[in-house]
Amino acid sequence: MSKVIVVTSGKGGVGKTTTSASFSTGLALRGNKTVVIDFDVGLRNLDLIMGCERRVVFDIINVINGDAALSRALIKDKHCDNLYVLPASQTRDKDALTLDGVERILNELKESFDYIVCDSPAGIELGAFTAMYFADEALVVTNPEVSSVRDSDRILGILAAKSKRAVEGREPVKEHLLVTRYSPQRVASGEMLSVDDIQEILRIPLIGVIPESEIILQSSNSGSPAIHMDKSDVSDAYKDVVARFMGEERPMRFLTHEKQGFLKRLFGGR
Amino acid sequence: MPAETPAYRIRTANVPLMVLHITTTDLMQFKSQLLQKLAQAPDFFSRTPVALGLGGIASTEESLDFQDITTFMRAHGMLAVGVIGGSATQREAAAKVGLGALPEISARAPRPEESPPPVAASIAPLSQQDELPGLEASPPSSQEDTLPAPEAVVFRPTLLIDKPVRTGQRVYAEGANLVVTAIVNAGAELIADGDIHVYAPLRGRALAGANGNTQARIYVHSLEAELVSIAGYFQVFEEGIPEALRAKPTQIFLSGERLELHPLRV
Repeated sequence: MSKVIVVTSGKGGVGKTTTSASFSTGLALRGNKTVVIDFDVGLRNLDLIMGCERRVVFDIINVINGDAALSRALIKDKHCDNLYVLPASQTRDKDALTLDGVERILNELKESFDYIVCDSPAGIELGAFTAMYFADEALVVTNPEVSSVRDSDRILGILAAKSKRAVEGREPVKEHLLVTRYSPQRVASGEMLSVDDIQEILRIPLIGVIPESEIILQSSNSGSPAIHMDKSDVSDAYKDVVARFMGEERPMRFLTHEKQGFLKRLFGGR
Repeated sequence: MPAETPAYRIRTANVPLMVLHITTTDLMQFKSQLLQKLAQAPDFFSRTPVALGLGGIASTEESLDFQDITTFMRAHGMLAVGVIGGSATQREAAAKVGLGALPEISARAPRPEESPPPVAASIAPLSQQDELPGLEASPPSSQEDTLPAPEAVVFRPTLLIDKPVRTGQRVYAEGANLVVTAIVNAGAELIADGDIHVYAPLRGRALAGANGNTQARIYVHSLEAELVSIAGYFQVFEEGIPEALRAKPTQIFLSGERLELHPLRV
């Protein structure tokens, strides 16, 4: 049975696209046929993060409007065989996204893909709503910071009330908390919320913690999802998330500050 | 000149009233059946005010000898106080002998098939008579001694919310009390016409007695609210919630025009 997973947050800039890229890559690396879809019509970023921006010919709006078949719009990832990308449109209006159109696309994708990852735009308007409407599971990406937590709470409310599953009275969307840009030192100094603080408000199960890292910037610049940066903390953290999603037990890492040696600090450790 | 103390007040009252529905224009039959019933319970009526229900015969257009009826009624302990329903002619005739037209609450007339011996079934004990119109319910007065007519009492079961109420969500318990057994996050809104109970931290807003019910109260397990309100009177906590109540079990009620917050001893 294909699963639709939405990566959402409410707040902008917390790491949805970064997560969509690495999470879908992680699923594909484990042998699952995976497609990741960019729902941010007009402000598309997923293709940049995935490194396929020069291969975009047709996008999701073209497919909805019938200008192109789905197979022609899907872009095969260059790093990973099982992974495909469906980009958003850069020039069109987000109103071109329709629930009907998206439903048709998802139904077609379900015929050949195990996992469909929907990269949601920020906000609670049409793009975000369409991205979450058909979800079976949700990764709620949250920074350890008050406005991000507040916005995530808002999104959770909408997921619980207005998703297709909610409206039809089926089993609710399975919610997972993903804390990103976590800095244990700043939590210790009281500048940032701890994971416990976040969970006290959001009250959903934690699927992982991604540490703040410069690797992310390097990954975006090189058009290669962070999970490919082997041995880095971010890569390990995303791999843990994928493992937990698949049902494996993994102890939660990156929650505490590791004391760095003098030399490491001298040469720019964090 | 000093004002006199008022010698009278006019108020509306809702009182239960027994209704004797007349379902035939044949007064001989009416009297004889009623007499049979009364033979079994001679003191059933002892100077009881009774209204005459004419709905069952309104369509006949025949008028009755109301003088005859009221004499008969008085002889058997019934004090005729007025008529309910009936055609215009009938009401007119009744008025001539001093029986005013009482307002009907609903347009229901006793249906013949509901009552074999037409008269007897209508003399049901007061508590079972569900067609008891009583005097018309006017806007509820502030007196506690008024009894509302049965149709006006609407009981709505308490609305129970057992999942977190999230930012931006609004819950409204219309005509009912509200109980929430999960966290109410900042930016969420609880509204109830009745009371509000939150058996978890309340971080959002709670507005009880939303329909103007000044008796409504708010009970919280942990007071961390942004705003509380009863019957439109509200309080925010600009300087923060007082130390004694912050994150503690609290009861909130209206006293005059001020909200009072008291610790709830658990």
